[in-house]
Amino acid sequence: MMHFLLLFSRQGKLRLQKWFTPIPEREKKKIVRDMTTMVLGRKPRSCNFLHWKDLKIVYKKYASLYFCCGLDAEENELLALEVLHRYVELLDKYFGNVCELDIIFNFEKAYFILDEFLLGGEVQETSKQVVSRSIEASDMLQETMEEYMSKPAF
Amino acid sequence: MPAPIRLRELIRTIRTARTQAEEREMIQKECAAIRSSFREEDNTYRCRNVAKLLYMHMLGYPAHFGQLECLKLIASQKFTDKRIGYLGAMLLLDERQDVHLLMTNCIKNDLNHSTQYVQGLALCTLGCMGSSEMCRDLAGEVEKLLKTSNSYLRKKAALCAVHVIRKVPELMEMFLPATKNLLSEKNHGVLHTSVVLLTEMCERSPDMLLHFRKLVPQLVRILKNLIMSGYSPEHDVSGISDPFLQVRILRLLRILGRSDDDSSEAMNDILAQVATNTETSKNVGNAILYETVLTIMDIKSESGLRVLAINILGRFLLNNDKNIRYVALTSLLKTVQTDHNAVQRHRSTIVDCLKDLDVSIKRRAMELSFALVNGNNIRGMMKELLYFLDSCDPEFKADCASGVFLAAEKYAPSKRWHIDTIMRVLTTAGSYVRDDSVPNLIQLITNSVEMHAYTVQRLYKALLDDISQQPLVQVSSWCIGEYGDLLVSGQCEEEEPIQVTEDEVLDVLEGLLVSNLSAPVTRGYSLTAIMKLSTRFSSVNRIKKVVSIYGSSIDVELQQRAVEYNALFKKYDHMRPALLERMPIMEKTASNGPTEIVQTNGETEASMPDTKHLPLVTQPANQANDLLDLLGGNDVVPVIQTTLPTKPASAGGELLDLLGDLSLSGDPAPAPSVPISQPPFLLDGLSSQPLFNDTSAAIPPMTAYSKNGLKIELTFERTNPNPNIAVITIHATNTTEADMTEFVFQAAVPKTFQLQLLSPSSNIVPALNQGSVTQVIRVLNPQKQQLRMRVKLTYTHKGSPVQDLAEVNNFPPQSWQ
Repeated sequence: MMHFLLLFSRQGKLRLQKWFTPIPEREKKKIVRDMTTMVLGRKPRSCNFLHWKDLKIVYKKYASLYFCCGLDAEENELLALEVLHRYVELLDKYFGNVCELDIIFNFEKAYFILDEFLLGGEVQETSKQVVSRSIEASDMLQETMEEYMSKPAF
Repeated sequence: MPAPIRLRELIRTIRTARTQAEEREMIQKECAAIRSSFREEDNTYRCRNVAKLLYMHMLGYPAHFGQLECLKLIASQKFTDKRIGYLGAMLLLDERQDVHLLMTNCIKNDLNHSTQYVQGLALCTLGCMGSSEMCRDLAGEVEKLLKTSNSYLRKKAALCAVHVIRKVPELMEMFLPATKNLLSEKNHGVLHTSVVLLTEMCERSPDMLLHFRKLVPQLVRILKNLIMSGYSPEHDVSGISDPFLQVRILRLLRILGRSDDDSSEAMNDILAQVATNTETSKNVGNAILYETVLTIMDIKSESGLRVLAINILGRFLLNNDKNIRYVALTSLLKTVQTDHNAVQRHRSTIVDCLKDLDVSIKRRAMELSFALVNGNNIRGMMKELLYFLDSCDPEFKADCASGVFLAAEKYAPSKRWHIDTIMRVLTTAGSYVRDDSVPNLIQLITNSVEMHAYTVQRLYKALLDDISQQPLVQVSSWCIGEYGDLLVSGQCEEEEPIQVTEDEVLDVLEGLLVSNLSAPVTRGYSLTAIMKLSTRFSSVNRIKKVVSIYGSSIDVELQQRAVEYNALFKKYDHMRPALLERMPIMEKTASNGPTEIVQTNGETEASMPDTKHLPLVTQPANQANDLLDLLGGNDVVPVIQTTLPTKPASAGGELLDLLGDLSLSGDPAPAPSVPISQPPFLLDGLSSQPLFNDTSAAIPPMTAYSKNGLKIELTFERTNPNPNIAVITIHATNTTEADMTEFVFQAAVPKTFQLQLLSPSSNIVPALNQGSVTQVIRVLNPQKQQLRMRVKLTYTHKGSPVQDLAEVNNFPPQSWQ
């Protein structure tokens, strides 16, 4: 299973953090620091896999954002790259040519999309269209409610 | 009270902050506003405030005061509230928080909500971070949802069940009925999550594994459909249909087929099909191939399939993509123990990877290279590895040096080569060598008796060049101390002896004492070395002077040594020669009591510290036990060991208590006092021992075995320092027309002896006497019993294995008296 998924910028600013195991707050901060240091310190044409404690770390850079996940030792690293890529595709479909700013200003949406794709550290849906349709439907549900209450969303 | 600012507004504002302090100020201001808004129990804007809080939490600021608000949002009827509430719960309310359990009721209600997206939120939250208590309370609900026909909910319920099982394994049973027809689903989401659930159950419970084995045909069918079916737009990734599902099915097949012949056979075809038909131009195809290879190697697949798998890994090694090369090296490391020969075929490619630019790949290649070293390729491999040691980054040098030492010890084709290799490592990576290598190396050097002069000469020359690398300096000073007499007498056989005077040697050693580059430990070594030379050199006065100077050294250790050595010169001069005598051969094993046969052919040792995956080959050890049985080895012969007070040895290596028999301290050691009962197999006829030892004559060689074209000749050597040790070298030659391969020589001796077998020169006895296999045996015979040996020979000749036992009795008396 995936233990965590982190998105951070080239300067090490955290844009998204998803944890699939219970970890104390202080330790989460340490892991984030370690990951950013390790990943940002990699030479440009290195391979995308690292070892850290007993986890495999798989990371990929998309434009100015690093997508970094920590996996159990028996996971398939090459498939993990595909998982990260699929998530980026889903974001791209939703936001239309997604960029880092989209994720900064709509971080909650990024989480919602992630929650339709992964659950408990495992892939829950392998079809891009199904995930997109679920998000759209949930969004519709949100707007309908708001219209009814005639109050703006947050 | 004005409406709290919107989320995006806040984000925009915070991003305009130019300094950390400015940002902190904005955050604090907003937090205060949010706090007061919470206090007012404002329902309308709670959602907005919590969202802002979550943003600030991501920036690293504390947000615990929003925990209860998340609970309130979850309990709200509005979908927007629930969405943000559950998100906040997942970020702020993990199971370590006190209020975590308060969510349980809300989640329970939402699991039964009329809107599937609300149910989805609840399932997602429970499945990501539900605590054990929560899982126990809500497992029933999850189980219900696992049986629903709504695929959106079913897939989430399956992964939720996985989480429940991970948290509370005892609850696994209750999900069993619901798994009945999970695999008949058409929906890929449900299929995928079902396979994950089945995998989890099979991994945790052998009973479940047995139960689900019958699913293998169905899984094979599903996989086949995925491969054979045409383009499916919904699940296509670069021309491959649902790679995520394919990989998970392959993994489940691996678990089900492991150690089960029938299941493994049922999946042979589909594995071959996937392995040959998968498109390899993109990462996604290689991900599937990788999983396939792992599965093939783990189940009981037929050999053709295994070779196919290793060849795939070999192809991966040549791929341009670094990730794929890395993955190949990692997998080969796992398989090198079981499929050693197949991996050997790719050795040259692996060695090439040592020159890769990527650090992770270099490390894997290094580990794999060490695992592939054997008696046949040692020379070539060592050349490459030493070259790698020269040029690699410092982070690798320590591990590489240790690996080189280990490999050299196991497979050195000759003593000289061994010493040369050690020298090379010490001179090129001397400062990275591990601390425990120094005593190991010293022990090795003492044991290569005929190489002492060569070794000390080379070490001396290395010292003249460079005294900065401490391990090298320590080993050198120890050797000069021990063998300085050989150095000045110019006795070297292996290479041109150098002319060096006693004064020059003492100059070098004293130079070490005063140099800034020397560590305190090194200084200790050199002072002791100088002291030892007092019995080997004639310039005793100079040595006395040096020693007395250091009697007032600031370094306490040096001072103590110098004072003690001074005392040796003054009051205990009569003991000095005995104390500083040449060191005996140090036995590496610390075995006491009944004899053990130590096989050091390299087969019983672990290859590298990192390869911890697969069990080691333990066969040779069992064979050794068989030999002991053949000797009727049930007699327990109590051999009383005498323990000496440990003398202040400067170099390590474990000295057997047995060596306490040698009076190193000048005190006579008490002989073993318990009368030993004669083992029944000693022939009475030979029990009377000759009255004298002719130690000056060379001991004649003898033929120990000659049968079926294989001849084993023994040559003997008695080492002077320890009269109880006989060094026997076996020479195996082959007069037939075919090589004898996989040649293994094993020996057993009666209990009063101790035997040590060193590595053979190789395990192929070439045909028609074109060469021989040599192996050194050391026999320790403290009671001067008559030497008898039972030998077991195994080899492969013209394709069939041959095994023979023989007894060797007619040892020349000089070899054991």
